[in-house]
Amino acid sequence: MKANESLVYSSTEKVSGWKLFIKTIVARSYPRIIGQQREKSWIFFEVFMPMLAVSAYVFVYRAIGAPEEYVGFVVIGGAMTAFWMNVLWSMSSQLYWEKEQGNLALYIMAPNSLMAVLLGMALGGMVATALRAAAIVVLGTFLFNVQFTVTSFSQLFAVFLLAMTALYGMGMMSASLFLLLSREAWHISNLAQEPIYLASGFYFPIKSFNFWIAAAASFIPLTLGLDAMRQLIFPSGASLGFLNVTTEISVLIVLCVVFLIGARFLLDYMERLAIREGRITENRR
Amino acid sequence: MNRSETSRSFTMATWLGWQVESNWTDPFLFAIYVVIKPLATAAILVVMYSIITNGDYASPLFPYIYLGNAFYIYVGAVMTGVSWAVIDDREHYKTLKYMYIAPISIPFYWLGRGVSRFLIGTIAVVITVGVGALFFNLPLNLAQVNWGLFFVSLFVGVTMLAMIGLILASLTLMMAQQNFFVGEAVAGALYLFSGAIFPLEVLPAWIRPVGYAMPITYWLELMRRSLIGGVAQAFPTLAEFSNLQLLGILTGLTLLFGIVSVFTFRWCDHRARERGLIDHTTNY
Repeated sequence: MKANESLVYSSTEKVSGWKLFIKTIVARSYPRIIGQQREKSWIFFEVFMPMLAVSAYVFVYRAIGAPEEYVGFVVIGGAMTAFWMNVLWSMSSQLYWEKEQGNLALYIMAPNSLMAVLLGMALGGMVATALRAAAIVVLGTFLFNVQFTVTSFSQLFAVFLLAMTALYGMGMMSASLFLLLSREAWHISNLAQEPIYLASGFYFPIKSFNFWIAAAASFIPLTLGLDAMRQLIFPSGASLGFLNVTTEISVLIVLCVVFLIGARFLLDYMERLAIREGRITENRR
Repeated sequence: MNRSETSRSFTMATWLGWQVESNWTDPFLFAIYVVIKPLATAAILVVMYSIITNGDYASPLFPYIYLGNAFYIYVGAVMTGVSWAVIDDREHYKTLKYMYIAPISIPFYWLGRGVSRFLIGTIAVVITVGVGALFFNLPLNLAQVNWGLFFVSLFVGVTMLAMIGLILASLTLMMAQQNFFVGEAVAGALYLFSGAIFPLEVLPAWIRPVGYAMPITYWLELMRRSLIGGVAQAFPTLAEFSNLQLLGILTGLTLLFGIVSVFTFRWCDHRARERGLIDHTTNY
Protein backbone atom coordinates (compact mmCIF):
# COMPACT_ATOMS: atom_id res chain seq x y z
CA MET A 1 0.00 0.00 0.00
CA LYS A 2 1.36 3.41 -0.94
CA ALA A 3 1.58 5.93 1.90
CA ASN A 4 -0.28 9.21 1.66
CA GLU A 5 2.44 11.59 0.50
CA SER A 6 1.09 14.54 2.43
CA LEU A 7 1.63 12.59 5.64
CA VAL A 8 5.17 11.56 4.84
CA TYR A 9 7.82 13.63 6.56
CA SER A 10 9.61 15.59 3.92
CA SER A 11 13.07 16.62 4.92
CA THR A 12 14.07 20.16 4.08
CA GLU A 13 17.49 21.47 3.36
CA LYS A 14 19.47 21.85 6.57
CA VAL A 15 19.92 25.49 7.42
CA SER A 16 22.50 26.66 9.89
CA GLY A 17 24.91 29.47 10.67
CA TRP A 18 24.23 32.92 9.23
CA LYS A 19 21.56 31.58 6.89
CA LEU A 20 19.55 30.32 9.85
CA PHE A 21 20.18 33.57 11.68
CA ILE A 22 18.82 35.65 8.78
CA LYS A 23 15.88 33.28 8.20
CA THR A 24 14.95 33.55 11.89
CA ILE A 25 15.05 37.34 11.75
CA VAL A 26 12.79 37.38 8.69
CA ALA A 27 10.44 34.78 10.17
CA ARG A 28 10.07 36.65 13.47
CA SER A 29 9.68 40.07 11.88
CA TYR A 30 6.96 38.81 9.50
CA PRO A 31 4.16 38.59 12.10
CA ARG A 32 5.19 41.97 13.46
CA ILE A 33 4.89 43.71 10.10
CA ILE A 34 1.99 41.79 8.58
CA GLY A 35 0.15 40.67 11.72
CA GLN A 36 0.06 44.11 13.29
CA GLN A 37 -1.59 45.57 10.20
CA ARG A 38 -4.31 42.90 10.15
CA GLU A 39 -5.97 44.01 13.38
CA LYS A 40 -7.38 47.31 12.15
CA SER A 41 -8.82 48.32 15.52
CA TRP A 42 -5.34 48.09 17.04
CA ILE A 43 -3.96 50.49 14.45
CA PHE A 44 -6.75 52.90 15.29
CA PHE A 45 -6.20 52.72 19.05
CA GLU A 46 -2.40 52.87 18.75
CA VAL A 47 -2.67 56.14 16.83
CA PHE A 48 -5.73 57.49 18.65
CA MET A 49 -4.43 57.09 22.21
CA PRO A 50 -1.09 58.90 21.77
CA MET A 51 -3.03 61.60 19.87
CA LEU A 52 -5.22 62.16 22.93
CA ALA A 53 -2.16 62.74 25.11
CA VAL A 54 -0.56 64.92 22.42
CA SER A 55 -3.73 67.03 22.13
CA ALA A 56 -4.02 67.43 25.91
CA TYR A 57 -0.42 68.63 26.22
CA VAL A 58 -0.80 70.94 23.20
CA PHE A 59 -3.80 72.58 24.88
CA VAL A 60 -1.84 72.93 28.13
CA TYR A 61 0.89 74.79 26.23
CA ARG A 62 -1.74 76.96 24.57
CA ALA A 63 -3.39 77.66 27.95
CA ILE A 64 -0.11 78.92 29.41
CA GLY A 65 0.76 80.91 26.29
CA ALA A 66 3.78 78.90 25.09
CA PRO A 67 5.47 79.74 21.75
CA GLU A 68 4.06 77.66 18.87
CA GLU A 69 7.22 75.55 18.38
CA TYR A 70 6.44 73.85 21.69
CA VAL A 71 3.34 72.45 20.00
CA GLY A 72 5.66 70.88 17.43
CA PHE A 73 7.85 69.52 20.24
CA VAL A 74 4.80 67.78 21.71
CA VAL A 75 3.73 66.30 18.35
CA ILE A 76 7.20 64.82 17.73
CA GLY A 77 7.43 63.60 21.33
CA GLY A 78 3.98 62.04 21.03
CA ALA A 79 4.99 60.20 17.86
CA MET A 80 8.08 58.85 19.62
CA THR A 81 5.94 57.47 22.46
CA ALA A 82 4.76 54.87 19.91
CA PHE A 83 8.33 53.53 19.69
CA TRP A 84 8.82 53.56 23.45
CA MET A 85 5.54 51.70 23.98
CA ASN A 86 6.53 49.19 21.32
CA VAL A 87 9.91 48.57 22.93
CA LEU A 88 8.34 48.31 26.37
CA TRP A 89 5.39 46.06 25.62
CA SER A 90 6.47 44.21 22.48
CA MET A 91 10.21 43.84 23.08
CA SER A 92 11.08 43.97 26.78
CA SER A 93 8.06 42.14 28.10
CA GLN A 94 7.65 39.95 25.01
CA LEU A 95 9.56 37.03 26.47
CA TYR A 96 7.30 37.23 29.53
CA TRP A 97 4.21 37.01 27.28
CA GLU A 98 5.80 34.11 25.40
CA LYS A 99 6.37 32.38 28.73
CA GLU A 100 2.71 32.96 29.65
CA GLN A 101 1.58 31.48 26.33
CA GLY A 102 3.96 28.53 26.62
CA ASN A 103 6.01 29.54 23.56
CA LEU A 104 9.22 30.46 25.32
CA ALA A 105 10.26 26.85 25.82
CA LEU A 106 9.79 26.31 22.07
CA TYR A 107 12.06 29.28 21.30
CA ILE A 108 14.75 27.82 23.53
CA MET A 109 14.38 24.31 22.09
CA ALA A 110 14.51 25.44 18.46
CA PRO A 111 17.96 25.37 16.82
CA ASN A 112 17.95 29.12 16.14
CA SER A 113 19.50 31.90 18.17
CA LEU A 114 17.37 33.85 20.66
CA MET A 115 19.28 36.94 19.56
CA ALA A 116 17.95 36.44 16.02
CA VAL A 117 14.42 36.05 17.39
CA LEU A 118 14.76 39.34 19.25
CA LEU A 119 16.33 41.06 16.23
CA GLY A 120 13.37 39.92 14.15
CA MET A 121 10.95 41.29 16.72
CA ALA A 122 12.89 44.57 16.78
CA LEU A 123 13.00 44.94 13.01
CA GLY A 124 9.33 44.07 12.55
CA GLY A 125 8.27 46.21 15.49
CA MET A 126 10.27 49.17 14.23
CA VAL A 127 8.70 49.06 10.76
CA ALA A 128 5.16 48.53 12.07
CA THR A 129 5.54 51.27 14.68
CA ALA A 130 7.05 53.69 12.16
CA LEU A 131 3.71 53.63 10.32
CA ARG A 132 1.87 54.55 13.52
CA ALA A 133 4.39 57.25 14.44
CA ALA A 134 4.10 58.72 10.94
CA ALA A 135 0.31 58.79 11.29
CA ILE A 136 0.65 60.67 14.61
CA VAL A 137 3.01 63.24 13.04
CA VAL A 138 0.73 63.74 10.02
CA LEU A 139 -2.41 64.06 12.18
CA GLY A 140 -0.68 66.33 14.71
CA THR A 141 0.71 68.53 11.94
CA PHE A 142 -2.69 68.78 10.30
CA LEU A 143 -4.66 69.41 13.52
CA PHE A 144 -2.25 71.87 15.15
CA ASN A 145 -0.68 73.46 12.10
CA VAL A 146 2.90 72.54 12.98
CA GLN A 147 5.61 74.13 10.79
CA PHE A 148 8.78 72.15 10.06
CA THR A 149 12.06 73.55 8.72
CA VAL A 150 14.49 70.70 8.17
CA THR A 151 18.10 71.91 8.24
CA SER A 152 19.75 68.60 7.26
CA PHE A 153 17.89 65.58 5.94
CA SER A 154 20.98 63.39 6.08
CA GLN A 155 21.59 64.17 9.77
CA LEU A 156 17.89 63.72 10.52
CA PHE A 157 17.91 60.31 8.87
CA ALA A 158 21.11 59.33 10.69
CA VAL A 159 19.73 60.47 14.08
CA PHE A 160 16.48 58.56 13.59
CA LEU A 161 18.23 55.39 12.49
CA LEU A 162 20.78 55.51 15.31
CA ALA A 163 18.16 56.33 17.93
CA MET A 164 16.04 53.40 16.76
CA THR A 165 18.99 50.99 16.67
CA ALA A 166 20.07 51.99 20.17
CA LEU A 167 16.51 51.95 21.47
CA TYR A 168 15.70 48.48 20.14
CA GLY A 169 19.12 47.28 21.32
CA MET A 170 18.13 48.49 24.75
CA GLY A 171 14.81 46.68 24.33
CA MET A 172 16.64 43.45 23.50
CA MET A 173 18.83 43.89 26.55
CA SER A 174 15.89 44.41 28.86
CA ALA A 175 14.05 41.49 27.23
CA SER A 176 16.76 39.25 28.60
CA LEU A 177 16.12 40.61 32.11
CA PHE A 178 12.40 39.93 31.66
CA LEU A 179 13.27 36.26 31.09
CA LEU A 180 13.57 35.99 34.85
CA LEU A 181 10.41 37.92 35.65
CA SER A 182 6.89 36.70 36.08
CA ARG A 183 3.83 38.61 37.32
CA GLU A 184 5.96 41.65 38.12
CA ALA A 185 6.86 42.07 34.42
CA TRP A 186 3.54 43.71 33.62
CA HIS A 187 3.86 46.15 36.52
CA ILE A 188 7.45 47.03 35.66
CA SER A 189 6.52 47.81 32.05
CA ASN A 190 3.56 49.81 33.29
CA LEU A 191 5.85 51.75 35.61
CA ALA A 192 8.35 52.58 32.86
CA GLN A 193 5.98 54.86 30.93
CA GLU A 194 5.37 58.27 32.54
CA PRO A 195 8.71 58.42 34.42
CA ILE A 196 10.50 57.88 31.09
CA TYR A 197 8.31 60.46 29.34
CA LEU A 198 9.46 62.85 32.06
CA ALA A 199 13.14 61.92 32.10
CA SER A 200 13.53 61.84 28.31
CA GLY A 201 11.68 65.10 27.69
CA PHE A 202 8.98 63.70 25.43
CA TYR A 203 6.88 66.85 25.86
CA PHE A 204 9.49 69.53 26.59
CA PRO A 205 13.14 70.23 25.73
CA ILE A 206 15.49 68.16 27.87
CA LYS A 207 17.65 71.26 28.24
CA SER A 208 15.12 72.43 30.86
CA PHE A 209 16.78 70.00 33.28
CA ASN A 210 20.05 70.46 35.09
CA PHE A 211 23.01 69.31 32.89
CA TRP A 212 23.75 66.19 34.94
CA ILE A 213 20.11 65.10 35.07
CA ALA A 214 19.86 65.52 31.29
CA ALA A 215 23.17 63.65 30.86
CA ALA A 216 21.90 60.77 33.02
CA ALA A 217 18.62 60.70 31.05
CA SER A 218 20.68 60.42 27.83
CA PHE A 219 21.24 56.77 28.73
CA ILE A 220 17.78 56.27 27.19
CA PRO A 221 18.43 56.64 23.44
CA LEU A 222 15.20 58.52 22.77
CA THR A 223 16.38 61.41 24.95
CA LEU A 224 19.18 62.44 22.60
CA GLY A 225 17.32 61.17 19.54
CA LEU A 226 14.37 63.44 20.27
CA ASP A 227 16.58 66.38 21.20
CA ALA A 228 18.60 66.09 17.98
CA MET A 229 15.49 65.65 15.82
CA ARG A 230 13.90 68.75 17.35
CA GLN A 231 17.08 70.72 16.66
CA LEU A 232 17.01 69.60 13.04
CA ILE A 233 13.35 70.22 12.24
CA PHE A 234 12.35 73.34 14.17
CA PRO A 235 13.82 76.82 13.57
CA SER A 236 14.33 77.49 17.28
CA GLY A 237 15.25 73.87 18.01
CA ALA A 238 19.00 74.52 18.09
CA SER A 239 18.69 77.18 20.78
CA LEU A 240 16.70 74.75 22.95
CA GLY A 241 18.97 71.76 22.28
CA PHE A 242 20.88 70.00 25.04
CA LEU A 243 24.12 69.25 23.11
CA ASN A 244 24.98 70.00 19.50
CA VAL A 245 23.69 67.51 16.92
CA THR A 246 27.14 66.10 16.02
CA THR A 247 27.89 65.29 19.67
CA GLU A 248 24.46 63.70 20.07
CA ILE A 249 25.05 61.55 16.97
CA SER A 250 28.40 60.41 18.41
CA VAL A 251 26.80 59.48 21.74
CA LEU A 252 24.03 57.60 19.91
CA ILE A 253 26.64 55.58 18.01
CA VAL A 254 28.26 54.62 21.33
CA LEU A 255 24.84 53.68 22.76
CA CYS A 256 24.12 51.49 19.70
CA VAL A 257 27.35 49.54 20.18
CA VAL A 258 26.93 49.24 23.96
CA PHE A 259 23.31 48.09 23.83
CA LEU A 260 23.73 45.60 20.98
CA ILE A 261 26.83 44.00 22.47
CA GLY A 262 25.24 44.17 25.94
CA ALA A 263 22.12 42.46 24.61
CA ARG A 264 24.22 39.66 23.09
CA PHE A 265 26.05 38.86 26.32
CA LEU A 266 23.17 39.48 28.70
CA LEU A 267 20.85 37.30 26.64
CA ASP A 268 23.29 34.37 26.75
CA TYR A 269 23.82 34.81 30.48
CA MET A 270 20.14 35.23 31.35
CA GLU A 271 19.10 32.30 29.17
CA ARG A 272 21.54 30.03 31.02
CA LEU A 273 20.41 31.43 34.37
CA ALA A 274 16.73 31.04 33.52
CA ILE A 275 17.28 27.42 32.42
CA ARG A 276 19.29 26.66 35.55
CA GLU A 277 16.67 28.17 37.85
CA GLY A 278 13.74 26.63 35.98
CA ARG A 279 12.20 29.99 35.03
CA ILE A 280 11.54 29.17 31.38
CA THR A 281 8.31 27.31 31.97
CA GLU A 282 7.21 28.72 35.33
CA ASN A 283 3.79 30.28 35.38
CA ARG A 284 3.07 32.48 38.39
CA ARG A 285 0.03 34.47 37.42
CA MET B 1 -23.05 35.13 59.48
CA ASN B 2 -25.64 35.34 56.75
CA ARG B 3 -24.70 38.36 54.69
CA SER B 4 -26.56 39.43 51.61
CA GLU B 5 -25.22 38.27 48.25
CA THR B 6 -24.42 41.82 47.18
CA SER B 7 -22.42 42.77 50.28
CA ARG B 8 -20.60 39.42 50.24
CA SER B 9 -19.72 39.84 46.56
CA PHE B 10 -18.54 43.39 47.09
CA THR B 11 -16.36 42.79 50.18
CA MET B 12 -14.76 39.59 48.90
CA ALA B 13 -14.03 41.23 45.55
CA THR B 14 -12.45 44.16 47.39
CA TRP B 15 -10.15 41.78 49.28
CA LEU B 16 -9.38 39.81 46.11
CA GLY B 17 -8.69 43.01 44.14
CA TRP B 18 -6.26 44.20 46.79
CA GLN B 19 -4.38 40.89 46.69
CA VAL B 20 -4.19 40.93 42.89
CA GLU B 21 -2.96 44.52 42.83
CA SER B 22 -0.46 44.36 45.66
CA ASN B 23 0.94 40.90 46.32
CA TRP B 24 3.24 40.71 43.29
CA THR B 25 6.04 42.34 45.25
CA ASP B 26 7.05 43.42 48.76
CA PRO B 27 5.26 46.36 50.42
CA PHE B 28 8.19 48.75 50.00
CA LEU B 29 8.46 48.27 46.22
CA PHE B 30 4.68 48.37 45.97
CA ALA B 31 4.62 51.75 47.75
CA ILE B 32 7.20 53.11 45.29
CA TYR B 33 5.20 51.72 42.38
CA VAL B 34 2.02 53.42 43.64
CA VAL B 35 3.54 56.91 43.90
CA ILE B 36 6.12 57.12 41.10
CA LYS B 37 3.73 56.98 38.15
CA PRO B 38 1.35 59.75 39.30
CA LEU B 39 4.22 61.91 40.52
CA ALA B 40 5.94 61.60 37.14
CA THR B 41 2.73 62.65 35.35
CA ALA B 42 2.41 65.65 37.66
CA ALA B 43 6.10 66.48 37.18
CA ILE B 44 5.70 66.55 33.36
CA LEU B 45 3.03 69.23 33.75
CA VAL B 46 5.05 71.13 36.36
CA VAL B 47 8.13 71.21 34.09
CA MET B 48 6.03 72.28 31.08
CA TYR B 49 4.39 75.01 33.14
CA SER B 50 7.58 76.25 34.78
CA ILE B 51 9.67 76.53 31.59
CA ILE B 52 7.02 78.68 29.92
CA THR B 53 6.02 80.83 32.92
CA ASN B 54 9.45 80.90 34.60
CA GLY B 55 7.99 79.20 37.65
CA ASP B 56 5.03 81.52 38.23
CA TYR B 57 3.25 79.16 40.62
CA ALA B 58 1.18 82.04 42.04
CA SER B 59 -0.97 82.19 38.90
CA PRO B 60 -4.43 80.58 39.43
CA LEU B 61 -3.77 78.49 36.33
CA PHE B 62 -1.14 76.41 38.15
CA PRO B 63 -3.44 75.03 40.90
CA TYR B 64 -6.12 74.55 38.23
CA ILE B 65 -3.80 72.30 36.21
CA TYR B 66 -2.15 70.60 39.18
CA LEU B 67 -5.30 69.71 41.12
CA GLY B 68 -7.19 68.67 37.98
CA ASN B 69 -4.39 66.29 37.12
CA ALA B 70 -4.11 64.99 40.70
CA PHE B 71 -7.80 64.13 41.03
CA TYR B 72 -7.88 62.69 37.54
CA ILE B 73 -5.88 59.80 39.02
CA TYR B 74 -9.24 58.56 40.36
CA VAL B 75 -10.65 58.40 36.84
CA GLY B 76 -7.97 56.00 35.64
CA ALA B 77 -8.04 54.08 38.91
CA VAL B 78 -11.77 53.60 39.51
CA MET B 79 -13.26 53.67 36.04
CA THR B 80 -10.58 51.60 34.35
CA GLY B 81 -10.17 49.46 37.48
CA VAL B 82 -13.76 48.22 37.36
CA SER B 83 -13.66 47.42 33.65
CA TRP B 84 -10.20 45.83 33.87
CA ALA B 85 -11.61 43.16 36.22
CA VAL B 86 -13.33 41.57 33.20
CA ILE B 87 -10.08 41.37 31.22
CA ASP B 88 -8.14 40.11 34.24
CA ASP B 89 -10.64 37.38 35.06
CA ARG B 90 -11.47 36.29 31.53
CA GLU B 91 -8.16 36.59 29.65
CA HIS B 92 -5.50 36.44 32.30
CA TYR B 93 -6.70 34.24 35.16
CA LYS B 94 -9.43 32.53 33.12
CA THR B 95 -11.75 32.56 36.13
CA LEU B 96 -14.68 34.63 34.89
CA LYS B 97 -16.78 31.54 34.15
CA TYR B 98 -16.24 30.34 37.73
CA MET B 99 -17.38 33.73 39.03
CA TYR B 100 -20.50 33.36 36.93
CA ILE B 101 -21.40 30.00 38.42
CA ALA B 102 -20.61 31.11 41.99
CA PRO B 103 -23.40 32.49 44.22
CA ILE B 104 -22.33 36.13 43.78
CA SER B 105 -23.66 39.27 42.14
CA ILE B 106 -21.44 39.99 39.14
CA PRO B 107 -21.91 43.82 39.01
CA PHE B 108 -21.12 44.11 42.73
CA TYR B 109 -18.17 41.79 42.28
CA TRP B 110 -16.77 44.09 39.55
CA LEU B 111 -17.43 47.18 41.66
CA GLY B 112 -15.58 45.52 44.55
CA ARG B 113 -12.61 44.86 42.29
CA GLY B 114 -12.52 48.61 41.62
CA VAL B 115 -12.24 49.45 45.33
CA SER B 116 -8.62 48.32 45.56
CA ARG B 117 -7.75 50.63 42.68
CA PHE B 118 -9.63 53.41 44.51
CA LEU B 119 -7.50 52.83 47.64
CA ILE B 120 -4.29 52.84 45.60
CA GLY B 121 -5.51 55.95 43.76
CA THR B 122 -6.24 57.68 47.08
CA ILE B 123 -2.65 57.18 48.23
CA ALA B 124 -1.40 58.60 44.92
CA VAL B 125 -3.77 61.60 45.08
CA VAL B 126 -2.82 62.45 48.68
CA ILE B 127 0.90 62.27 47.91
CA THR B 128 0.58 64.24 44.65
CA VAL B 129 -1.42 67.02 46.33
CA GLY B 130 0.96 66.97 49.32
CA VAL B 131 4.00 67.35 47.06
CA GLY B 132 2.28 70.24 45.28
CA ALA B 133 1.58 72.00 48.59
CA LEU B 134 5.09 71.41 49.93
CA PHE B 135 7.22 72.13 46.88
CA PHE B 136 5.18 74.12 44.35
CA ASN B 137 3.32 76.66 46.50
CA LEU B 138 -0.04 75.06 45.82
CA PRO B 139 -2.33 77.45 47.78
CA LEU B 140 -3.79 74.74 49.98
CA ASN B 141 -4.76 75.80 53.51
CA LEU B 142 -6.24 72.86 55.42
CA ALA B 143 -8.10 75.21 57.78
CA GLN B 144 -9.88 76.87 54.86
CA VAL B 145 -10.80 73.73 52.97
CA ASN B 146 -14.56 73.18 52.62
CA TRP B 147 -14.39 69.62 53.97
CA GLY B 148 -18.13 69.02 53.75
CA LEU B 149 -18.19 69.87 50.04
CA PHE B 150 -14.96 67.93 49.53
CA PHE B 151 -16.19 64.64 50.97
CA VAL B 152 -19.67 64.86 49.44
CA SER B 153 -18.19 65.66 46.00
CA LEU B 154 -15.61 62.91 46.38
CA PHE B 155 -18.29 60.36 47.28
CA VAL B 156 -20.65 61.34 44.45
CA GLY B 157 -17.74 61.61 41.98
CA VAL B 158 -16.28 58.21 42.80
CA THR B 159 -19.76 56.68 42.56
CA MET B 160 -20.14 58.28 39.14
CA LEU B 161 -16.77 56.89 38.03
CA ALA B 162 -17.75 53.44 39.29
CA MET B 163 -20.97 53.61 37.27
CA ILE B 164 -19.06 54.56 34.11
CA GLY B 165 -16.65 51.73 34.94
CA LEU B 166 -19.57 49.31 35.15
CA ILE B 167 -20.78 50.43 31.72
CA LEU B 168 -17.28 49.87 30.31
CA ALA B 169 -17.01 46.49 32.04
CA SER B 170 -20.31 45.44 30.45
CA LEU B 171 -19.14 46.56 27.02
CA THR B 172 -15.78 44.85 27.56
CA LEU B 173 -17.69 41.62 28.10
CA MET B 174 -18.87 41.88 24.50
CA MET B 175 -15.43 42.56 23.01
CA ALA B 176 -12.42 40.46 22.19
CA GLN B 177 -9.47 42.12 20.48
CA GLN B 178 -10.24 45.70 21.47
CA ASN B 179 -11.00 45.18 25.16
CA PHE B 180 -7.50 46.14 26.36
CA PHE B 181 -7.86 49.60 24.89
CA VAL B 182 -11.39 50.53 25.93
CA GLY B 183 -10.77 51.76 29.48
CA GLU B 184 -7.60 53.65 28.57
CA ALA B 185 -9.12 55.19 25.45
CA VAL B 186 -12.15 56.48 27.38
CA ALA B 187 -9.95 57.77 30.22
CA GLY B 188 -7.68 59.48 27.67
CA ALA B 189 -10.60 61.09 25.87
CA LEU B 190 -12.11 62.34 29.13
CA TYR B 191 -8.70 63.78 30.14
CA LEU B 192 -8.83 65.90 27.01
CA PHE B 193 -12.49 66.88 26.97
CA SER B 194 -13.26 67.41 30.66
CA GLY B 195 -10.87 70.31 31.17
CA ALA B 196 -8.80 68.33 33.64
CA ILE B 197 -5.54 70.15 32.91
CA PHE B 198 -6.66 73.28 31.06
CA PRO B 199 -9.79 75.45 31.12
CA LEU B 200 -12.42 74.36 28.59
CA GLU B 201 -12.15 77.77 26.86
CA VAL B 202 -8.82 76.63 25.38
CA LEU B 203 -10.61 73.93 23.37
CA PRO B 204 -12.08 74.83 19.96
CA ALA B 205 -15.66 76.07 20.43
CA TRP B 206 -17.20 73.10 18.62
CA ILE B 207 -15.63 70.57 21.04
CA ARG B 208 -16.55 72.41 24.26
CA PRO B 209 -20.13 71.01 24.47
CA VAL B 210 -18.58 67.53 24.86
CA GLY B 211 -16.81 68.80 27.98
CA TYR B 212 -20.03 70.32 29.36
CA ALA B 213 -21.82 66.99 28.91
CA MET B 214 -19.19 65.12 30.95
CA PRO B 215 -19.87 64.69 34.68
CA ILE B 216 -16.10 64.66 35.32
CA THR B 217 -15.93 68.35 34.30
CA TYR B 218 -18.29 69.29 37.15
CA TRP B 219 -16.68 66.89 39.58
CA LEU B 220 -13.16 68.26 39.04
CA GLU B 221 -14.46 71.82 39.42
CA LEU B 222 -16.09 70.88 42.74
CA MET B 223 -12.89 69.24 43.99
CA ARG B 224 -10.89 72.37 43.10
CA ARG B 225 -13.44 74.71 44.69
CA SER B 226 -13.62 72.67 47.89
CA LEU B 227 -9.83 72.70 48.30
CA ILE B 228 -8.76 76.14 47.07
CA GLY B 229 -12.03 78.09 46.95
CA GLY B 230 -11.90 81.34 45.00
CA VAL B 231 -8.75 80.50 43.01
CA ALA B 232 -10.68 77.79 41.22
CA GLN B 233 -13.39 80.26 40.22
CA ALA B 234 -10.90 82.50 38.39
CA PHE B 235 -11.82 80.83 35.09
CA PRO B 236 -15.08 81.52 33.27
CA THR B 237 -15.81 77.87 32.41
CA LEU B 238 -18.25 77.15 35.22
CA ALA B 239 -18.02 80.45 37.12
CA GLU B 240 -21.75 81.19 36.81
CA PHE B 241 -22.67 77.98 38.67
CA SER B 242 -22.83 77.90 42.48
CA ASN B 243 -21.38 74.94 44.39
CA LEU B 244 -24.88 73.62 45.02
CA GLN B 245 -25.80 73.82 41.34
CA LEU B 246 -22.62 71.98 40.37
CA LEU B 247 -23.34 69.31 42.98
CA GLY B 248 -26.90 69.01 41.67
CA ILE B 249 -25.68 68.55 38.09
CA LEU B 250 -23.08 66.00 39.21
CA THR B 251 -25.64 64.05 41.26
CA GLY B 252 -28.14 64.09 38.39
CA LEU B 253 -25.55 62.84 35.90
CA THR B 254 -24.40 60.17 38.39
CA LEU B 255 -27.99 58.91 38.72
CA LEU B 256 -28.32 58.91 34.95
CA PHE B 257 -25.11 56.92 34.50
CA GLY B 258 -26.24 54.57 37.30
CA ILE B 259 -29.50 53.81 35.46
CA VAL B 260 -27.68 53.43 32.14
CA SER B 261 -25.15 51.07 33.76
CA VAL B 262 -27.93 48.77 35.04
CA PHE B 263 -29.52 48.45 31.60
CA THR B 264 -26.16 48.17 29.83
CA PHE B 265 -25.10 45.37 32.15
CA ARG B 266 -28.35 43.47 31.68
CA TRP B 267 -28.17 43.73 27.90
CA CYS B 268 -24.46 42.94 27.57
CA ASP B 269 -24.65 40.12 30.11
CA HIS B 270 -27.53 38.51 28.21
CA ARG B 271 -25.80 38.88 24.84
CA ALA B 272 -22.48 37.59 26.21
CA ARG B 273 -24.18 34.47 27.63
CA GLU B 274 -26.09 33.98 24.39
CA ARG B 275 -22.94 34.26 22.25
CA GLY B 276 -20.72 32.23 24.57
CA LEU B 277 -18.43 35.12 25.43
CA ILE B 278 -18.17 34.55 29.18
CA ASP B 279 -15.18 32.23 28.85
CA HIS B 280 -14.02 33.58 25.49
CA THR B 281 -10.23 34.02 25.44
CA THR B 282 -8.15 35.44 22.62
CA ASN B 283 -4.62 34.95 24.02
CA TYR B 284 -3.75 38.50 23.00
